[in-house]
Order: sequence, then structure tokens, then C-alpha cells
Amino acid sequence: MGKYLPPKPHQTQKRIRNLIIYTILAIIFIWAFKGVWDRADWSVFNNLAEKFQRVIPSLFSPDWNQLDKVWEKIVETVFIAYAGTLIAAILAVPFGFWAAKNMVKSPIWNTLGKWFLILDRTFPELILAIFFVITVGPGAFAGVLTIGLTAFGMLGKLYAEVIESIDMKVVEAMEANGANKMQILFYAIFPQVLPEFLSFALYRFEIDIRASTILGLVGAGGIGTLIVLSAANRNWEQLGLILLGIIVVVSVIDFASTKIRKRLV
Amino acid sequence: MTEKNKNQKSKSNVHSLYPRKLKLQITWIFIIVLLFYFYSLYETGADFVTLIVDFDKIINALFNKMLPPNWEYISVAIDPLIETIQIAVVATTFSVLICIPASLMAANTIVKNKFIYQTTRTILNILRTIPDILLATIFVSLFGIGIISGILALTIFSLGLLAKLLSETIETIDPRQLEAIRASGGNIIQVIWYGVVPQVLPQFISYGLYVFELNVRASLVLGFVGAGGIGTIIDTELNFLRYQNVMAILIVLLVAVIIIETISNMLRRRVV
Repeated sequence: MGKYLPPKPHQTQKRIRNLIIYTILAIIFIWAFKGVWDRADWSVFNNLAEKFQRVIPSLFSPDWNQLDKVWEKIVETVFIAYAGTLIAAILAVPFGFWAAKNMVKSPIWNTLGKWFLILDRTFPELILAIFFVITVGPGAFAGVLTIGLTAFGMLGKLYAEVIESIDMKVVEAMEANGANKMQILFYAIFPQVLPEFLSFALYRFEIDIRASTILGLVGAGGIGTLIVLSAANRNWEQLGLILLGIIVVVSVIDFASTKIRKRLV
Repeated sequence: MTEKNKNQKSKSNVHSLYPRKLKLQITWIFIIVLLFYFYSLYETGADFVTLIVDFDKIINALFNKMLPPNWEYISVAIDPLIETIQIAVVATTFSVLICIPASLMAANTIVKNKFIYQTTRTILNILRTIPDILLATIFVSLFGIGIISGILALTIFSLGLLAKLLSETIETIDPRQLEAIRASGGNIIQVIWYGVVPQVLPQFISYGLYVFELNVRASLVLGFVGAGGIGTIIDTELNFLRYQNVMAILIVLLVAVIIIETISNMLRRRVV
């Protein structure tokens, strides 16, 4: 026996672990599907063809007379997303530094910053929107604040990751040359991180346009109100126009933002 | 960036690190961004001054209206929460199943046919631009009020996202392994099963968990348009201005979201 292969470690243990994981997964799936099966109202499939005939053709023949109204709301949605994202993009810079491991000496203070951003990210948009509508009243401003606060959590985390990945040698070199904190910030750190900061902010802007469409549900401005209204009034032609408008606007902005981001990084 | 410009103008003996043209360009972009910002603040009726001046009043108003939460209402909120999670599980399962063929067709390492590749990409891109609320509204108008509309809306919504993430991962895998299997006579199924699956499985599981989290959050929106889930009772309580009940629901929801995210983060760390 020249060579022998060591026995694969923990084989049985691994098998048992996998078995337990699969069982738990199976239980979750059975529980979910059974629950949905019991809750679902299967009678919706009875006169489906008729409903499709009523809705689908008018959905694809948009009512161009409503263009002004729909366009105004879409523009408002874009403005909410823009103002909110910009607030978040600026506000997230100090918090990004706070949550970056290589910028904060005390680990406790640093973890605190990380947790703060995690806490902010757990709030779904709609919950924050409800808070803001109750406090500052219904309107687009509540929407701006909501988008600002939700985007801020994610951007802060992404910024922190960017800052953690910079080349610290530049910082050290400047420190050795006697540069003060501001000079280090402006000449060593910002040139390294700004393109990526901007790129992430643009990416978040794309997300926020979609996110700000739902704000109208609770009265925080944007196209959401119009979507719900036109569905309630069974105005499918108008809903079709909204659908078309959103697809066009979002595609154009996504395209432009992708182009800019490619140039930035 | 502009602060830097100011610094350098005042101390003209200091050489600038950046060329003049670039600085001008950046200043212009900065000005345009700011102008657009102020215009959008004007357009949205933003009023930060009042917000800061009356901050204590606003916070008081919030606390008076929403606190204390109506703890008894939590027992009512549990069942819709379970419904929400079940909807999210089922919708995620469906979208994971559908996204596998969709993302294989949208990856240029697998499909060499330009036409199929471009068509699938375009369809997925269009799908991704439609916000969840609009999908939910359309499905509710087609299938009527109930969780079936919600599941369908979430499935389509997460399909676009999941297929994009997965197809991009498939495009970045090591093509030599696929080549080797093809060269030794493997058919397309064998290429996918032995070449693609082992390389993308960890990311795939991670994306699936991520989409599940998103779906739990998105199913909050569904209830507002009548597609089931916990949003339904939030909508009702909001309309009756019973903010203390709303607060109770929000607390339940937040706890559920935190638990789900913690578990999913733990699983993701093990997998990737």
C-alpha cells in the first residue's frame, strides 16, 4: 500500500444534515402549496375567456386622449425618484464612511454604523410611505422622503463596500507627507470612489423609478394613484396607456443610465 | 468636486491635478444635476424647511396617532401574514422553475442562435420594466380579486429579475467545460446538466433566496389592489384611519421580514 486515500470526513453527518435540510424544505413547500390551494378561489377560472376578451383588447388599444394626464403623473414619478435618489446619494456618503471598516478605527462604532444601515433596509417602502403620509400629509413630498430613506440604506451599504475596497497605500502616502484629513479625503479617497458612487446612485435611480410607482397606493404621489383609479373605473384603455408609458420611460432611462455607467467605471 | 475647484482658484500657485477641460465638464454636469434637483423639489412640492422647523410637532403627531399599537390586533394580523408568506413561497417556486429555460435561452454561451437569444432578452427586459403594482392590477382585472392573481403577478415580476441574474451568471461561466463535454459528444441536456449546473448552482440558490425576500416585501403591495396578502388589512385599516391597528400590523410584518432575512442570509452564507 503506497498511497491510501483518507476516508471522506463526516460523510454520514453530512448525509443526515442534507436529509434534514431537504425535509424542512419539503415541509415548507407542502405547507405553502396546501395553504394556497385552500385559500384560492378557483371559481375565477370559470369565465376566464370572457374576461380576457373584455380586458385584453382594450388594454392594447391605449386611449391617447388621456396622454396629458398620464404623462404628467409619469413625470411626477420620475421627479420623485430623482429627488429621493439624490437625497439618498448625498446622505449615504457620511454613512458609507461610518460603516466602512478601513475608515473607522473603533470596531464597535463601525458595527453600529453597519447595523444602522441594515435597520434602514429592513423597512419596506410602503411602510415608510405610510409613516410619511401620516406625518407630512399626502402628496409627492411624502414620496420623496420615502424614496430618500429607503435608497439611503442600500446606497450606504454599497458605498461602504466601495470604500473598503480602495487602495489604502495612497492614503498612507498622503498621511506620511503630512496631509490633513480633508486633503486625504479629497485627493486620496474621493478620486478612487466617486465613479463607483455615481454608478451605484444611477443604478439605484433605475430601481427607484419602479419603486415610486407604488407610492400612490397610500397617497404619496406618483402614477400609482392613477393605476388604481383606472383599474377601479374599469378604464382599461387608460391602464394600457399607463403600461405603455411606463415601459417606454423606464426602458429609456435604463438604457441611458447603463450607457453613463459604462463610461463612468 | 466644486469645493476642490474653489480651493484651487484661491491658491493659483498650486498646480491642479486635473486638466482644465475635465474640471469644466464636471462643474457643468454638477450644475445641471443640481438645477434638475431643485426643479424636481419644486415640482414635488417638497418643503424641507417646514419639515425641519416642525420636526418635533410631526414626530408628536406620529406618536399620538400610531402609538401605542393595538396589541390585540396582532392576532388578527397573523393569518394574513401566513397567507403572504405562502404566496411568496409559491410564486418564488414557480418563477424559479420557469426562469431555468428562460435564462438558458437568454445566455449566449448556450444558445448560439442570435434570433432566439435576442427575442428572449427583449421579452425579459420588457417584463422587468413593468412595476409589480401594475402587474398586480392587470392580473386582478383578468382573474378577479384573490390570491391567484397575486401569485401570477409575483411570478411574472420575479421571473424577469431572476432570469436576468441567472442568464448573466450563465454567460460568465467557464466555457471550456461546456466545450469539453460537447467535444466528447454530449448533447445539449448533458452540457447543461454537467457543464452549467455545477457552476451556477450556488449563485442560483442565492438568487432564489434573494427573490423570495423581495417577494415577501412585494406581496405587501399586492393587498392594496386586491391580490391577497397582508396588504389587504393594512389598506382597510388605513381607510378607516385606525392607525394603531396599522402600527400593530406593521410591527408584525417587520418582525417577519427581519426573521426571514436573517434565515436567508444564514443560508446564503453557507451556500456561496
